[in-house]
Amino acid sequence: MELLLDSLFNGVAIGSVLLVAALGLAIVFGLMGVINLAHGELMMLGAYTTYVTQLIFKLPILKPFYNSYIIVSIFLAFIVSGVVGILLEKTIIRKLYGSPLETLLATWGVSLILQQFVRSVPLAYGTGLVISLIIGLFLPTTFPSKIKESINYKYYKFSSWIFAALTGVLTGSVISSSVSKLSRASARNVDVTAPSWMRGQVEIIGTAFPKTRLMIIVITLISVVAITLFLNQSAWGMRIRAVTQNRQMSDCLGISTEKVDIITFGIGSGLAGVAGVAVSLLGSVGPNVGGNYIVGCFMVVVLGGVGNLLGTVLASFGIGIMTDLIGAGRLLSIWPDMPLPLSNTINFFATTSMARVMIFALIVIFLQFKPTGLFPQKGRMVEN
Amino acid sequence: MRISRRILAGLATASLAVTATSCGGGGTSGSFDDTVTVGILHSLSGTMAISESTLVDTEKMAIEEINAAGGVKVGGKSYKIEYIVEDGASDWPTFAEKSKKLIDQDGVPVVFGGWTSASRKAMLPVYESKDAFLYYPIQYEAQECSNNIFYTGATPNQQSEPATDFMYKRSPAAGGDFFLVGSDYVFPRTSNTITKAQVKQLGGTVVGEDYLPLGNTEVAPIISKIKKALPEGGIIINTLNGDQNVAFFKQIQDAGITPSSGYYVMNYSIAEEEISTIGPEFLEGHYGAWNYMMSIDTPASKKFAASFKKRWGADRVVADPQESAYNMVYLWKQAVEDAGTFDDNAVREALVGQTFDAPQGPVEVMPNHHLSQTVRIGQINAEGGFTILEETGVVLPQAWNQKHPSSKGYACDWTDPSKGEKYKL
Repeated sequence: MELLLDSLFNGVAIGSVLLVAALGLAIVFGLMGVINLAHGELMMLGAYTTYVTQLIFKLPILKPFYNSYIIVSIFLAFIVSGVVGILLEKTIIRKLYGSPLETLLATWGVSLILQQFVRSVPLAYGTGLVISLIIGLFLPTTFPSKIKESINYKYYKFSSWIFAALTGVLTGSVISSSVSKLSRASARNVDVTAPSWMRGQVEIIGTAFPKTRLMIIVITLISVVAITLFLNQSAWGMRIRAVTQNRQMSDCLGISTEKVDIITFGIGSGLAGVAGVAVSLLGSVGPNVGGNYIVGCFMVVVLGGVGNLLGTVLASFGIGIMTDLIGAGRLLSIWPDMPLPLSNTINFFATTSMARVMIFALIVIFLQFKPTGLFPQKGRMVEN
Repeated sequence: MRISRRILAGLATASLAVTATSCGGGGTSGSFDDTVTVGILHSLSGTMAISESTLVDTEKMAIEEINAAGGVKVGGKSYKIEYIVEDGASDWPTFAEKSKKLIDQDGVPVVFGGWTSASRKAMLPVYESKDAFLYYPIQYEAQECSNNIFYTGATPNQQSEPATDFMYKRSPAAGGDFFLVGSDYVFPRTSNTITKAQVKQLGGTVVGEDYLPLGNTEVAPIISKIKKALPEGGIIINTLNGDQNVAFFKQIQDAGITPSSGYYVMNYSIAEEEISTIGPEFLEGHYGAWNYMMSIDTPASKKFAASFKKRWGADRVVADPQESAYNMVYLWKQAVEDAGTFDDNAVREALVGQTFDAPQGPVEVMPNHHLSQTVRIGQINAEGGFTILEETGVVLPQAWNQKHPSSKGYACDWTDPSKGEKYKL
């Protein structure tokens, strides 16, 4: 019983890291059909947001709230990655809809740019830049319709960008002068330390579970539930689904497909940011952190069936449980006196490297029989 | 970048020539009769840049120190050392390419360079075919002995063997079972083969081993294996690389694998630099084995740390690889002065037998092109340094490991033409 619980928990823990990382991609790649190779770097931005938030919460004014920085950083990471995603959509991806190869190359280029950006720009000014982007993109949308329709709208828009830039530079220099660690550019990996209430273990039914893992599971669950509710219950969710299923028809019926694209991509990117918070709890934060997850993300989405959230959920937990079963040699402890050749085979695959090989092989075999994944669905990608 | 640096070097030479003529020949301090340009080849970009750039800093410092003390004196003339820094870009073929460039185009008499074994293996054929000389400063898995490479880092018998011995005999987990964790590449696998042979000799048992693919940070299956194999605590030998250590230590601490519950980790790749990145709160109470530790309380060691901080910033630390890089520049200088020429073959001959009062204590160049060194076992403390627990005497290097089944009974000696790279003892 304890063994089963332990194994199940490990599987779910590994799976939820995969799931939270792949969730944003399931929307961007799955629903919209955009191959976004910069997804990992949007995760990385989320991880760096956690790091910056942590340092800012160490300042004397915010010190009393230090323990809650991780919660705050989840929201901030969603906004930061979401805004960068929206910018990416507006400037690059919008022009490349329907040409997957060009999208692939362009987003790969963006991923390299983002990696180099965090290496060579001091994080304080990076934060300032993101703040400018947020203000510049959102301030014009809050204008009353009178201004929006006026002939001088572009001047209003321009001046709001000027305001945004100034605010950004100001925040950048304030952060830079108050947090010395953020004032210099460095390619060095940095470290996020979980607040004390999240470290150590909790005991549930006689088995001890690491708290950070539980936290990641909780973050994942909330993200999945929130995104499902959003897609199925809200008006925008309905529009997104409508555009996904039939773009021309939705356009004819008066849905602004352009806006839907921005919102969908923004949400997908924002979820990548949340994933960044989760992975920053497990390892170190560096320019390459996203690259380590991107292959896994695509694997999960393809296995789950492009365009289906349920498939993504099942695929990540499936891979998680298999990783634990094979990598930790669980079958041996369940059935200790199995025949020798079988136990030797299991032992051979019971290392992390070989478990990975085995899982990739199993996925390849599976996709031979079901090339469209666990739950194939009609979507824009399939249609085209 | 590279061009501008060369122009700068050119300018420096030109201005130097001007000063030399204006001084009328030199001989006084601060002026030289001539210059010699050496090559520095480490990764300044890519994943290895973080570690390797510290070596560039140290080598520059050593060169500046030598210049300040009057440069290299060869045949009655004093030479100012200048350097060309090339970027290996964490890409192994680039290391070979840049080596060729440094040797053929720039005509440097010596190259200081490399970190990963992969980069060394890529460079080795270049130096052997051109009969040039590479100085390599990193502790590594050995099982190699080239006439054209000079290794100033520790061989396994100068690091892992004394460490395993300490863990099994004198650590709080003495007599316990071993679990080996490493990144999946040549150094951890070779090192662990040696450790397994040694544990067997000592009468202990290795209850499990696992290797994490490079770039992977999912440690959960390894943790369940450790808990299953060592339910009551024990000894963990860790040869993980760089950032994977962060994931490993964060996650094992959360899983309750800590010194207070009887698990002690001996690390071969964690020095002061890495402790400050990972965070001492995750590492406190675990162990490390090195030739040099910043906490060595001798004037030479303190001077080394102080001049590095003075040159590069008070928040910087020095660690074993840097000390090794520092030594190799000085040893090269001494050998050149003894040989009386920059010629490779004469320098190589003069190099064997050189002694140097290094920050770690005296070191000597052995006929197998490795150094005799002191080994220290330290426990990581809350301040992010090592509390030194044990210090061996001077340990001779074994290029061919005597516990590894494939090299047992072999040795290397380049001073005797009949012996060479690998001969039977």
